[in-house]
Amino acid sequence: MVLTDDAQAIQTRHLGFTISPHEECGVEEAVRIVEAQGGEVVVLALGPAEAEEQLRECMALGADRAIHLLSDEEWDAQATAGAIVETIEGEEPFDLIVFGNESADTGNYQVGIRVAYALGLPVVTGLKGLTVAGGRARCEQEVAAGRDVYDVALPAVVTVKEGLNLPRYPSVPAKLRANRKPVDAKPVEPSAARLQKIRLVVPEGQGKQAEVLGHGPDAAAAIVEVMQKLGVL
Amino acid sequence: MSVLVLLEPDDELSLQAVTLARSLGGEVHGFSVAALAAPVDVLHVAAIDGSYAPVAWAAAVVQLVEELSPAAVVAPGSDRGNEVLAHAAARLDLPMAANVTELRGDQVTRQRWGGSLLEAARIHSDLKLVSAAPFAFEACVDSTQARVETFVPALTGADTAVRVVETVSTSTGGISLADAKVVVSGGRGVGSSEGFAILEELAALLGGAVGCSRVVTSAGWRPHTDQVGQTGTKVSPDLYIACGISGATQHIAGCKGAKKLLAINNDPESTIFTHADYAVIGNLHEIVPAISAELRKVRGS
Repeated sequence: MVLTDDAQAIQTRHLGFTISPHEECGVEEAVRIVEAQGGEVVVLALGPAEAEEQLRECMALGADRAIHLLSDEEWDAQATAGAIVETIEGEEPFDLIVFGNESADTGNYQVGIRVAYALGLPVVTGLKGLTVAGGRARCEQEVAAGRDVYDVALPAVVTVKEGLNLPRYPSVPAKLRANRKPVDAKPVEPSAARLQKIRLVVPEGQGKQAEVLGHGPDAAAAIVEVMQKLGVL
Repeated sequence: MSVLVLLEPDDELSLQAVTLARSLGGEVHGFSVAALAAPVDVLHVAAIDGSYAPVAWAAAVVQLVEELSPAAVVAPGSDRGNEVLAHAAARLDLPMAANVTELRGDQVTRQRWGGSLLEAARIHSDLKLVSAAPFAFEACVDSTQARVETFVPALTGADTAVRVVETVSTSTGGISLADAKVVVSGGRGVGSSEGFAILEELAALLGGAVGCSRVVTSAGWRPHTDQVGQTGTKVSPDLYIACGISGATQHIAGCKGAKKLLAINNDPESTIFTHADYAVIGNLHEIVPAISAELRKVRGS
């Protein structure tokens, strides 16, 4: 990874953007629930103008409309949760609020929980399985021994992980429809960060010098020797 | 001053959290909901009936915080550790830093992008709430005998409204990816679902498990439960064998806990080699069966 000169961000000049895997599964799950049971899927993003592209992708997956909180600033988890809570409180009440378990970039592991706490709603995290029926959500969380199951009343907050489903590839007509769906964009300002980023650092140890054991199948003997040395045989 | 560390039984990540807690100096207090052996000075066992209930655990942690006024609360960097700490942070309305690799005063270093990048940050709070990044610390193994104090937290019905009501076993009887000592993992270079047969064979010979990259699960060659990476399973074997995997940062985030990484790839310029301890250049479809054959030969003699 290459940083900007001020070490405040990743150099993205040559990079593309995409929805994170956890969140993509979250959108797919919401769309499936509404396809089966009726209702509306609203997607929300906090980010720069360019993030509209990801909101359009979500609507191509089947979301009905989008809310875009516009900001180029860095938001800590508490400020992010605050902005989401304020937005949700300005809408008709949702039955289900879905988050990715943790963001791919900042990985704070807390925004969904903070939102649930502020709204006074139950929250189950890290879902790999979700069944919504009769005003309740059966939530399956992957643990070492298998799956822990929770049963909560709606409205509720859930945070999901990749593997919950296999998101669809949007069709061309779905992408065209997505371009006509509404995006409600409004500029927002973060409150002072209480976990304040100072700078980013590329960790040491990237660019290890590997020991070449050989080329092709002839390397097999050297590989097995290494396995013996490591004590894995 | 004192530090409170959250502990789960038989949990390597909890012992790593103790190492971070010990690095801060002062008396180390442990929190758990069951009696366990832990290298802390005082172990506070919360008497909470029944199955895991994240809000109840956090409520008990908050009560201990109010009683002990620790300088920091350290959680293991597990799903559960981060979850309980986040609930406590929400309740206390305080900042929380997840997956921390260093804490000094109010300066913290934490992982972003699954550990591919670090962030230096300042915590604006007297009480520091942090989780210890997995495998950033050695497990604490000192033989301190903790003084055990049991307490009964005051819980409301709302605190136990969300709790585990059932545990479904999904074990297939084989060695789980997360626990395997050897992981034989395949990427795009494996080429097909059928192509994994040679990886299965090698993993079986080594008593290990088969993993894969995200490209493979997206293509439907393997189930998501086999996926190693930032959004899949994070593994920590003694040896990770990456076959035909290019080495995207999202994949490395899942296997950097491995003690040693052996990469097999036909492209000598592949990024995976910059993360590998051992490199073999060539066609994995020839090399992997050759390793299995060599293993059989060595064991037969």
